[in-house]
Amino acid sequence: MTTTLTRLRVPGAFLLGAVLLLGVAPLALSDFRLSLFAKYLCYAIVAVGVSLAWGRGGLMVLGQGVFFGLGGYAMAMHLKLTDAAATGEKLPDFMQLYGTSDALPWWWEPFANPFFALAMTVLLPMVVAGVLGFFIFRRRVKGAYFAILSQALAAALSIWLIGQQATTGGTNGLTDIQGFFGYSLDDPVNQRMVYFIIAAVLLLLMALARQLFVSRYGELLVAVRDSEERVRFLGYDPANVKLVAYVVAAGMAGLAGALFVPAVGIISPALIGIVPSIGFVIGAAVGGRASLVGAVLGAIAVAWAQSTLSDAFPAAWTYLQGLLFVLAVGFLPGGLASLWFVLRRRRTRPTPVIRTEEPVAVTVGETA
Amino acid sequence: MTVVLNQSFTGISIGAVLLLIALGLTLTFGQMGVINMAHGEFIMAGAYTTYVLQKSISSAGASLLVALPLAFLVAGAMGALLEWLLIRRLYTRPLDTLLVTWGVSLMLQQLARDVFGAPNVQTAAPDLLTGNISAGGVTFANNRLFILGLALLCVLGLTLVLRFTPLGRRIRAVVQNRDLAEVSGIATGQVDRITFFIGSGLAGVAGVALTLVGPIGPTMGTNYIVDAFLVVVVGGIGQLKGAVITAFALGVLQSVLEYSTTVSVAKVGVLVAIVAFLQWRPQGLYTLRTRSLA
Repeated sequence: MTTTLTRLRVPGAFLLGAVLLLGVAPLALSDFRLSLFAKYLCYAIVAVGVSLAWGRGGLMVLGQGVFFGLGGYAMAMHLKLTDAAATGEKLPDFMQLYGTSDALPWWWEPFANPFFALAMTVLLPMVVAGVLGFFIFRRRVKGAYFAILSQALAAALSIWLIGQQATTGGTNGLTDIQGFFGYSLDDPVNQRMVYFIIAAVLLLLMALARQLFVSRYGELLVAVRDSEERVRFLGYDPANVKLVAYVVAAGMAGLAGALFVPAVGIISPALIGIVPSIGFVIGAAVGGRASLVGAVLGAIAVAWAQSTLSDAFPAAWTYLQGLLFVLAVGFLPGGLASLWFVLRRRRTRPTPVIRTEEPVAVTVGETA
Repeated sequence: MTVVLNQSFTGISIGAVLLLIALGLTLTFGQMGVINMAHGEFIMAGAYTTYVLQKSISSAGASLLVALPLAFLVAGAMGALLEWLLIRRLYTRPLDTLLVTWGVSLMLQQLARDVFGAPNVQTAAPDLLTGNISAGGVTFANNRLFILGLALLCVLGLTLVLRFTPLGRRIRAVVQNRDLAEVSGIATGQVDRITFFIGSGLAGVAGVALTLVGPIGPTMGTNYIVDAFLVVVVGGIGQLKGAVITAFALGVLQSVLEYSTTVSVAKVGVLVAIVAFLQWRPQGLYTLRTRSLA
């Protein structure tokens, strides 16, 4: 009896999530609320990748904004080109505004092809992550070093985009996107369609990540997180294990960025720099980095709180946000998802401790 | 030739600012392995200290001189408080300190916004530091020279403290081997707090220096913090000479690339150079030789 229940728990939870996302939310929410919710779900998709790379792999991915941005810009470039073509213009509106050249830059050209653009939203982030990750992990750059490098990457990309005003829209980014593969985004029905696509992708990626978590690879990834040296001594190459997690997380962030563009209608450097990149991680941290559902719910909750409370009480919200990070990360490392275990711990078996770093060679004692 | 010299001087003065900020980080990151994102806000605290002082003492020169030690104390006290409240509880989870101190930095920025207002403020530089000196076709801005001197003075002071005082000996011992230091009777917790005080205090001094070259605002720290961390990573953890060499090298590289391309391409170029460098020396320029595998 219990075994049947246990076996059905995960598919059951998945089904419940599907009903909530695809059935209840579209019925219960107004058009405006639903499009906001679609935005939060995009952040949740990034959180799925963060949960894989950071929660399970111990890689502090502070540069997810880069991959989110690459995916977003790839999508937005295609949509801007189709928008321009629909009105009979040769160039997207912002290029005419800055009037630097009358020919389309060569690296924009292929994005007119929808298949190329769609493939690029995922492939471009994965290739960048793959190349960077290969060089970083091969030389065993890890821990704080990796975190700082990925953060610097986010800073560099957003600064570079701001500098290329004529071809990337600069600080403004790519804005005012009208159509999505022939469907006008002004139409609320099409906005709902975009929501359904995003929700479906989120569910799909959660299922994929769940399969990765329980696979042999998932076990290996956790082993690398907890004790990289032991894994190496056992004959595995931790660099490859980490690389896969990093690349998959990057692909997910890229997809999220691509879906963010039709949902919100804009992609700009301010959405992908250091601050939003930390934001992606924070949502997962608050919810529970190692728990897939925790990370997703955390990302949605933080994004919701951000847009709801920051309008009403901007100053108070910033204090609350800071305090939330300090308390959640500092004193509840498993995130809110672990609250359940923390509360239950007294009665049942002890919770597995979530470690984010390899065991340090020296342990710190309290003396003062 | 003069172009090269001028660009080199620009690079060196960028490097001096980076060095001032990175000095404190090398100490705290090196000794405790914690990434303190609030370090940028200690810079801000130092800058606002200068601003407040100049409001109360009208003389720009006197307020700058008073601001240097005062900013050290203010920022240092904030750092020690942060260490005592939060960071010492997180030594076993160094990466989490990054997120926790990020939360702290958000709160401090908002505090600055509430107290001083969101717009940037300015301080007046003393007359002595507003002019230029020309030598051999190269123009040296006085304020840049002052920052360079200040940075070198800080390096000298820190080196002397680390090398010749009992406190410095204790700090070095904890950096090299925390367990052994502890069984030898060093109160490592206390040493940590003092290190944090000094490291954060140096951020305050950097903040005073930054008032000479730019506006003071709630988010001024975030502009520098990532670059400063890169200096620490490339220089090698806990190594002053590594930080000094790296800061100037990155500054010159940045300014040369900026001159030949654009600011944004230069940023990307510097980052690529750093990743390439870490291929060669993953632990940074100078490292402590240890027998640990990590």
